[in-house]
Amino acid sequence: MDLFANLGLGFETAFTLTNILYCFVGVFLGTLVGVLPGIGPTATIAMLLPITLALSPVTSLIMLAGVYYGAQYGGSTTAILVNLPGESSSAVTAIDGYQMARQGRAGPALAAAALSSFFAGTVATLVLVLFAPPLTAIALKFGSAEYFSLMVLGLVCSVALAHGSIVKAIGMVVLGLLLGLVGTDIYSGTPRFALGFPELADGINFVTVAVGLFGIAEILRNLENETERDVAVRHVTGLMPTRADLRRIVMPVLRGTGLGSILGVLPGGGHILAAFAAYTLERRLGRHGAQFGKGAIEGVAAPEAANNAGAQTSFIPLLTLGIPSNPVMALMVGAMIIKGIVPGPNVATEEPELFWGVIVSMWLGNLLLVVLNLPLIGLWVRLLRIPYYILFPAILAFGAIGVFSVRGNVFDLYALALFGLLGYALVKFDCEPAPLLLGFVLGPMLEEHLRRAMIISRGDPLVFVQRPISAGLLLLAVAAFAIVFLPAVARKREDVFHEEA
Amino acid sequence: MTFNVKDVAAGLIFIGLGGLFAAGSITLELGTPLRMGPGFFPLILAGFLIAIGAAIVLQGLQHAPAAVGLVPWRGIVLLTAAPIVFGATIRGLGLVLAVALVAAISAFASRRMSLPLAAAVTVGLTLFCVLIFHYGLSLPIRLFGPWLGT
Repeated sequence: MDLFANLGLGFETAFTLTNILYCFVGVFLGTLVGVLPGIGPTATIAMLLPITLALSPVTSLIMLAGVYYGAQYGGSTTAILVNLPGESSSAVTAIDGYQMARQGRAGPALAAAALSSFFAGTVATLVLVLFAPPLTAIALKFGSAEYFSLMVLGLVCSVALAHGSIVKAIGMVVLGLLLGLVGTDIYSGTPRFALGFPELADGINFVTVAVGLFGIAEILRNLENETERDVAVRHVTGLMPTRADLRRIVMPVLRGTGLGSILGVLPGGGHILAAFAAYTLERRLGRHGAQFGKGAIEGVAAPEAANNAGAQTSFIPLLTLGIPSNPVMALMVGAMIIKGIVPGPNVATEEPELFWGVIVSMWLGNLLLVVLNLPLIGLWVRLLRIPYYILFPAILAFGAIGVFSVRGNVFDLYALALFGLLGYALVKFDCEPAPLLLGFVLGPMLEEHLRRAMIISRGDPLVFVQRPISAGLLLLAVAAFAIVFLPAVARKREDVFHEEA
Repeated sequence: MTFNVKDVAAGLIFIGLGGLFAAGSITLELGTPLRMGPGFFPLILAGFLIAIGAAIVLQGLQHAPAAVGLVPWRGIVLLTAAPIVFGATIRGLGLVLAVALVAAISAFASRRMSLPLAAAVTVGLTLFCVLIFHYGLSLPIRLFGPWLGT
């Protein structure tokens, strides 16, 4: 059967010495930035792009993917031990995880998080294997109208799932789209918004935007309030959960994995939503609902399973359609383009080693994470004591080298300073940067497909609603929008992001 | 009169940038919906951005005031300067000194930084970057640039 041949190819690719090594490097770095607050996977991947210049495309993607899901993992360790979620997706884990740690059950909490993550990761990898090929087959039938509508849906979802004000998130998306359009117009060859700088003919360097918005702006945000990170960590004893613990988490983990796999596909941080949804679901459904918030092991296992499954399945839109669903995936698109690979449904057929190798590497990476992390918890906690003021000169230096090495362009560094300032101002005024980066990457694609669809339809805008798939996607986008504005949901949404923050 | 500074400021940023893009778009050929010129799509987006910005400003005028909080001015100045200095010196001075400058400048963005610690961070980080990027990844950036007479 094809599937096994493909999986075989994936294993062959992922299990070469180089790829195992870089998968390890990726998950290691990912865990590191997951543990450390103030630096996230987006900035890290942006800074790592120069490193990938020296690697093959498969190896680079394997490493970058490792950083992403490794960070989800590292975030939960600090959430449990010190009530400091390193990543927003583990904020929910902190609620019950930290309570368990205070009751001297840090070990079982960590083990439950690790095991549920590993289980969910394995299942989500299978989901990818099973669903990616049929989806690419559908995607190959997509015309420009469908692609346009799909991207609109993606952008709407990223707005709906953004923190805080929806109107501001829309503004950020539109600003991102506009910034993405800077550069030479592909149809006429006219330079656009270049302000007389020849460096802008190729557009704004996206590493500049990512490092500025997610690196420098984040550092400034942290400098507002320099407090000593007081890390009083209890000694972790007895890692293994009891038999009763295991029995309690089986169903929550299964449900969490299912929720995560589905919601992860949603653009704009579906795995964060998944973690919260899984937690709420277990509190309502579970027999131990009353214990939630006081150290229920289900409250650790279910969201961890959900966010890990979601992190994995968020690769589906990228690998099958070439459309990024969150800022990290947007950077992956960038990494592929730097390597000369056009992301899209053709990747599965033209670059099967890459496609299947990356998928299988995720399972390998999850295995490495369990093996790595449970014994090394002491090390990660010690890293938390590194003062922030030693950390951020490093972020600046790596960021500057990273930006420079992509195009060898001094102008990009001046732009970096500007984007750092703009990013900080926007974050300060409660505008979240994630939708901007997504818009930035999708801008040129969105315009190209819009123009092409209009030419094909001879200028009839109805083409977007007459073609059934396109109409369906737009309908979903309208529905997503309408739901967010429903009063009940709007209130609930505020709760979600309130608890997360 | 009280209003929400954060909302009004965010709205004004959107209006300002939208205005810039709109001004840029109308100098370009607009074309027709059938054959869109380079200015068509950006002009629509820019108009939309201005409208969004205006809506946020209007909302902000009705919202309760919100504290903007502390602003790390020292950090803003130093962290903006760091990439600019790197850009200005990377070709002339080379990787070693450009990285050292970035590290030294950005280290002082924190009020907790002391002189010996900053020196240690600078030296350590420079060594690390040279090892990783020059020797490890062989990035094509010279260690010492022409300004040093090498």
